[in-house]
Amino acid sequence: MAAAYELRCRECGKRFDNAPLSICDECFSPLEVKCDLDAAKRAFTREKIAAGPTSMWRYQALLPVPDGYKPTTPAGWTPLLRAPRLADRIGAKNLWIKNDAVCLPTLSFKDRVVAVALANAQTFGFDTVGCSSTGNLANAVAAQAARLGLKTYILVPADLEPAKILNTQVYGATLVRIDGNYDHVNRLCSQIADRYNWGFVNVNLRPYYAEGSKTVGFEIAEQLGWRLPDNVVVPMAGGSLITKIRKAFKELIELGLVEEKEVRFFGAQATGCSPIAVAVKTGADSIEPQRPRTIARSLAIGNPADGVYAARAIRDSGGWAEDVSDVEIVSAIQELAETEGVFTETAGGVTTAVTARLYAHGRIQPEELTVSCITGNGLKTTDALHGAYEQEAAIRPRLTDFETYLEDRSEERELVGGSSVR
Amino acid sequence: MSVRVLLPNAFQKHTNGTREIRSEAGNLPQLITDIETQFPALKSHLRDDQGQVRRFINFYVNEEDIRFLGNEKYAFQEGDEVLVIPSIAGGCCAHGGTRFSGVKPRGLCACCSYCGQEECICGD
Repeated sequence: MAAAYELRCRECGKRFDNAPLSICDECFSPLEVKCDLDAAKRAFTREKIAAGPTSMWRYQALLPVPDGYKPTTPAGWTPLLRAPRLADRIGAKNLWIKNDAVCLPTLSFKDRVVAVALANAQTFGFDTVGCSSTGNLANAVAAQAARLGLKTYILVPADLEPAKILNTQVYGATLVRIDGNYDHVNRLCSQIADRYNWGFVNVNLRPYYAEGSKTVGFEIAEQLGWRLPDNVVVPMAGGSLITKIRKAFKELIELGLVEEKEVRFFGAQATGCSPIAVAVKTGADSIEPQRPRTIARSLAIGNPADGVYAARAIRDSGGWAEDVSDVEIVSAIQELAETEGVFTETAGGVTTAVTARLYAHGRIQPEELTVSCITGNGLKTTDALHGAYEQEAAIRPRLTDFETYLEDRSEERELVGGSSVR
Repeated sequence: MSVRVLLPNAFQKHTNGTREIRSEAGNLPQLITDIETQFPALKSHLRDDQGQVRRFINFYVNEEDIRFLGNEKYAFQEGDEVLVIPSIAGGCCAHGGTRFSGVKPRGLCACCSYCGQEECICGD
């Protein structure tokens, strides 16, 4: 049975009945879901969770969905991988990867938040849902709305990666390309949500949507054997994910499922769009918006809705934020794939490159248990690697040709000082 | 010279449902004063305890965030359309009640949005 929950203003604390609402009408600040942890205590035990489905819905008692809700999509429960080879490269000794590049059904962590948002869209009686998106959210909304038989309007910046556009349209969604960046799209969606009776997952359903991110934190703790890591490195776009993983850990502590521990949170952004990282580095308690200019388009939000809260969460936890260049992003995508067999999109390149820098700068110590959150799949941003690999000429299907090919490669390697073939 | 100003749904409880006004203001500080004059009920909600306009309220001129145009220094032009949007806008109607009957609302510390607790467990 799901726990009771309600909406509450993050700033003034005013309470609201459950409704498609994301702004406090007293102080115009964001609303957040507050779950009744006392009610959850009975249903949220290690035993009951272990007996639940192998998806994010094993944590249903701490998610804002109606009692008895029957989920239709098994999102979440993605692998938590040890990353010893990447660790060797970057000077770490206890590094883990939370791999949401393989989150179902659309290969990003956005499947988690959309699952919770659409459960509420149905509860509120919407027959049409939508979102403003940098791509992954568009894919997730389109796929899950199709499964629920909901109509969809999805608004994206016109310059989005082709794979993310295709992966939205294939589900039959109405995709509206906007001549502007994500912040323009988001602003327009705010106006549309004010005008039309639609459920926009990251606008009027945002408080519910955001709670889905907690499942990343729940899974990390459970997969580590019900303990918390020392550090978590999280990519930041709107800034919600990092605050929700922290909220998940706090809830687990409060429910007695893990030992109390001060986990440090580290935020990752691309230098070409780094408003939250700048706020952390300068100690500011406000966000100066930026005009995004980076290949990490899924993180390219210049005016992040939860930026203030993300910066505060990082600071309060004793963590830090870093930003990396586009060149470093591409290198990190390759390094993660080459060392751990995980092909991530540009956002994962950002996270991996920032993780490496945090070790290099001594902000994370080698022995500390550190989880790097990979949130999306590399197959969606293959254009970022355009030109990175030369297509070699085909050889004839003859063993002699293959041996000649190997000899040529061997000579090439010796010329550049590399190791020869075995 | 006047500009068209579009107000968000979240304001309407304090503006008797008015969604759009015209203003003769020459810049952002004048516009905020004008809005407060036209809708006195909005004033205490628009500003925090220190009298500053709340940080979650964004102003756009035509399609651009006013902070990219010089913020308070930007001089409105004839025909400008000013859009007021809380950072995450949206919502259908005003609600005042709570499911948790019998529990009085109380002020939360700044970090409670992370720990999500009635009584803060963040330790600060």
